[in-house]
Amino acid sequence: MTTTELEQSASVPHAKPAPSRKTFGGVRIYDHVVLWFGVFLMMAPLVVAFTTSSFDHVLIHRQGMQFGWGDQFSQTYSTVLNQQGGFTGEVTGWLMTQNSFILGIGFAVGKIVISMLAAYAIVYFRFPFATLAFWIIFMTLLLPLEVRILPSYEVVQQLGLLNTYTGLILPLIASATGTFFFRQFFKSVPNELLEAARIDGANAWRFLIDILVPLSKTMMAAIFIIMFVVGWNQYLWPTLMTTDETYFTLVRGIKQVMQNMIGADIPKYNEALAMAMLAMIPPVAVILIFQRMFIKGLVEQEK
Amino acid sequence: MGIIAVFFLWPAAEAIRSSFFLEDPFFGNATFVGLDNYRVALTGSDYQRTAWFTAVFTVIVSLMSLALGLMLAVSADRVLRGKSTYKTLLMWVYAIAPPVAGLIGVMLFDQHIGPLVEFVALFGWEMRVGVNYWDTGIAMIIVSTWKQVPYCFIFFLSGLQSIPTSVKEAARVDCRSETRRFWTITFPLLAPTTFFLLILNITYAMFETFGTIDLIVKDQPGNSPVTLVYKVYRDGFRGNDLGGSSAQSVILMLIVLALTIAQFRLIERRVHYN
Repeated sequence: MTTTELEQSASVPHAKPAPSRKTFGGVRIYDHVVLWFGVFLMMAPLVVAFTTSSFDHVLIHRQGMQFGWGDQFSQTYSTVLNQQGGFTGEVTGWLMTQNSFILGIGFAVGKIVISMLAAYAIVYFRFPFATLAFWIIFMTLLLPLEVRILPSYEVVQQLGLLNTYTGLILPLIASATGTFFFRQFFKSVPNELLEAARIDGANAWRFLIDILVPLSKTMMAAIFIIMFVVGWNQYLWPTLMTTDETYFTLVRGIKQVMQNMIGADIPKYNEALAMAMLAMIPPVAVILIFQRMFIKGLVEQEK
Repeated sequence: MGIIAVFFLWPAAEAIRSSFFLEDPFFGNATFVGLDNYRVALTGSDYQRTAWFTAVFTVIVSLMSLALGLMLAVSADRVLRGKSTYKTLLMWVYAIAPPVAGLIGVMLFDQHIGPLVEFVALFGWEMRVGVNYWDTGIAMIIVSTWKQVPYCFIFFLSGLQSIPTSVKEAARVDCRSETRRFWTITFPLLAPTTFFLLILNITYAMFETFGTIDLIVKDQPGNSPVTLVYKVYRDGFRGNDLGGSSAQSVILMLIVLALTIAQFRLIERRVHYN
């Protein structure tokens, strides 16, 4: 076969099809079976949890989780959103949702600002011991918060930041994950831009604001989406930090729900599941709406 | 420049200060005990049991989510119709918080109402999550794997899609067996992705599953299996054993450090290849 022939056969789809085992109208059954199986595994627990949350808790207790559609849907969800829940009765579902949004957005914005500035300093400034500083920062900050909960807790306690939004968000931001993204991106920005900016008399700050920030807009959006989901889903740190129930997030509230269930005669399964649904809807919605951007940003990590 | 230096140094200072505070329990306000905390931690039977469970848990969760993610990604890459629908349906579990996954898991494995318990009872397996050590462990493994599969799926799919068509065509001409083509051409091309995911999965299984585990043991671990991170939390905040908890933290930090170095070496090697 000559090269031209090969190219021709490559350009025409199915000109030389690989012999595949079971095809049905060109569609491979095996792959669809695998995918359907996967979709079932992924979705079934959520669907069951959702349908069960629309039933009365006594019925659930007697008959197990439900697969149909119950009549208690609006009642359950309005109870969860509006009822004075928790131990002191100061917190409602709405308030927790609000706190979750504050945490998610604050975390995402803070993370972008910090990691962008850090990456900017690393890429564009030559200061003494730059490499050393680089390694120290990455070594220390790559440690997940879970490992350094005790020291972090003590620092925040001594600063008097327990039960504040600042204390909730700041320690979570102090990690290097986002810096990698920006470092890689800044390195790919052509040096000519920097030179041109210098000739035009821009200082370091202007170069960052007027040139790098607009260039990295897509990047920032992608990171924002990922970080929003990560921030929203924080559990351990908010659990330790917030003893005041008015600062509870939805994800933190899940623990409260669980503790309430242990003591009860007939646990309120429906309300617990409704809470779980509320806690999962915003992050799921965000990644579904911005799917393309989200995947792009996520996969960037690897490079 | 000054502002940037402040922002640049602030996280570093924070980290260094944290590391001093870590030393505090055994160098500062407490009496100096040297390495006793480590010795107590490492030789304690409770710690060894926890470490053993953590190892089993981490290995199974990492490998199972890799395998399932790869299997689904390969199929999703091959189908022509409904590709984006499958992708959407398969990836959204990623956004669910670990404790939320844990809560749903608790319901599904509940003694009274859980359909999965009823299901395994058909095979004569009386599953008692929260009572039996390994039954609880298996529930944790299933929930944690379920939560991690979409992540692997996304990475594998994008890895598969970035393989140039010319390579695929060439492979198709050279080798007729699809299975062999996958193992000799596609899989080696995915090796960097696999390795990257493996490290991320290990980190996930060791640290981020805290929420799932906390919900499944219902905040009262008792005799249930827990991971090392959970033990740090329990000893430090519940048991008030600050020194012992800190020593355990340091051990975990060393593990993370090893993983980080592995990751860096991978990145450097890839740069080298390019």
